[in-house]
Amino acid sequence: MIRVVLPHHLRTLAHVGGEVELDIVGPITQRSVLDALEARYPMLRGAIRDHSTLQRRAFLRFFACQEDLSHESPDAPLPEEVASGKEPFIVIGAIAGG
Amino acid sequence: MSKVRVLVGTRKGAFILTSDGKRDNWQVDGPHFSGWEMYHLKASPADPNRIYASQTSGWFGQIIQRSDDGGKTWHQPGTPPGAPPEPGPPKAASNKFVYDTSAETGKPLTTHQFYDGTQHPWEFKRVWHLEPSLTDPNSVYAGVEDAAIFRSTDGGENWHELPGLRGHGTGPKWQPGAGGMCLHTVIIDPANPQRIWIAISAAGAFRTDDGGKSWKPINRGLRSQYIPDPNAEVGHCVHHIAMNPKRPGVLFMQKHWDVMRSDDAGDNWKEVSGNLPTDFGFVIDVHAHEPETIYVVPIKSDGEHFVHEGKLRVYRSKSGGNEWEALTKGLPQKDCYVNVLRDAMAVDSLDTCGVYFGTTGGQVYCSADAGDSWNPIVRDLPAVLSVEVQTLA
Repeated sequence: MIRVVLPHHLRTLAHVGGEVELDIVGPITQRSVLDALEARYPMLRGAIRDHSTLQRRAFLRFFACQEDLSHESPDAPLPEEVASGKEPFIVIGAIAGG
Repeated sequence: MSKVRVLVGTRKGAFILTSDGKRDNWQVDGPHFSGWEMYHLKASPADPNRIYASQTSGWFGQIIQRSDDGGKTWHQPGTPPGAPPEPGPPKAASNKFVYDTSAETGKPLTTHQFYDGTQHPWEFKRVWHLEPSLTDPNSVYAGVEDAAIFRSTDGGENWHELPGLRGHGTGPKWQPGAGGMCLHTVIIDPANPQRIWIAISAAGAFRTDDGGKSWKPINRGLRSQYIPDPNAEVGHCVHHIAMNPKRPGVLFMQKHWDVMRSDDAGDNWKEVSGNLPTDFGFVIDVHAHEPETIYVVPIKSDGEHFVHEGKLRVYRSKSGGNEWEALTKGLPQKDCYVNVLRDAMAVDSLDTCGVYFGTTGGQVYCSADAGDSWNPIVRDLPAVLSVEVQTLA
């Protein structure tokens, strides 16, 4: 079970209240987590990654285990604590503006 | 009895204001989509309960919302809330605006002029304006930044660019205005659905006569000091265009500076600023029943985006321009420094035409007597980006 924490506005968009839990078969990577997230919540397509390029949107970052993973390869394995469900994969908005 | 429904987009959410035909007792509903920039909401003339909304964010991008019950409930077209996930490709991508680079366009366009004069690739940022079809609730146009026009024919579930606009040849001379390079005005000719006018800041006005396949600039008569050739074919910062649907082809324009009119569907323009205290501004609209009665809100200058002399004044011309009168009754005439943005004025079609506008200070004003007097419907919303009005039976 993979745990994903979304920022407030994306939780509202996806109609979820707290953490999202995903079952993923195969390697646990940024790409596989986001693919599973968007498959379950299609309204989030384009809101985290660009529709066409699948690049992370500029004002969003990916954190886990107190590390900034935003610039890691989308196909790099996520930390074991994320893969085991002990720690969440966090999508967070940059603090700029508001 | 008739009702009016005012759709207000703000920097931090959408609001729906409703009243009976007297327009003196209002119900304020919202915020919808709180915290998001709501650039524009507009209802289908063919189905008043069908409302499209542009919800945007610098963080999360573009979302299209749709209501089928007059704004009570909303969903993203194609992905209604609570729908169980299904395997396979998505059924719809209502927030997917991808520029057409297909070979069929013949000349996919890749760059426009940037602020510094260099060429810059087209990058989708947001939807500024949604214009539903006059006859089909499922058809709707979207004017976007960077400037292009998209169309959906399935209720907003999927969007496709009309590439003839960007591809017609002048694109490399288009440049962004202070608000970005936005396509902000879409007007469909009720007498000829093949004819559509659009306007871009800063490129100018354009028209199609074949349903969007081909487009041509219609800027003859416009004069802009901030481009090397003030009379150039394109490059003009058109802020808004309005037309009375009962008189298609007569257009009124608020340009960056200058108020203009055209009596030949945009082929030629002439200035009608007349005695306005300043002819810089954003909004312009036309009385629902008197096609020579037009409204503007003069703004001090392009460097000072607030009203002139600290007074919020709507100016009305009953002669199609040149002779203007200040309308001040009920509006602040001291220490007022708000702006009124380009899509933030609208008229209803009740017998005594109502005029509405919203300010960057969060006020939405209504005049139930064609501008003679004004009352605030609500005073303290977030900065208002757009105002549209529905007149309901």
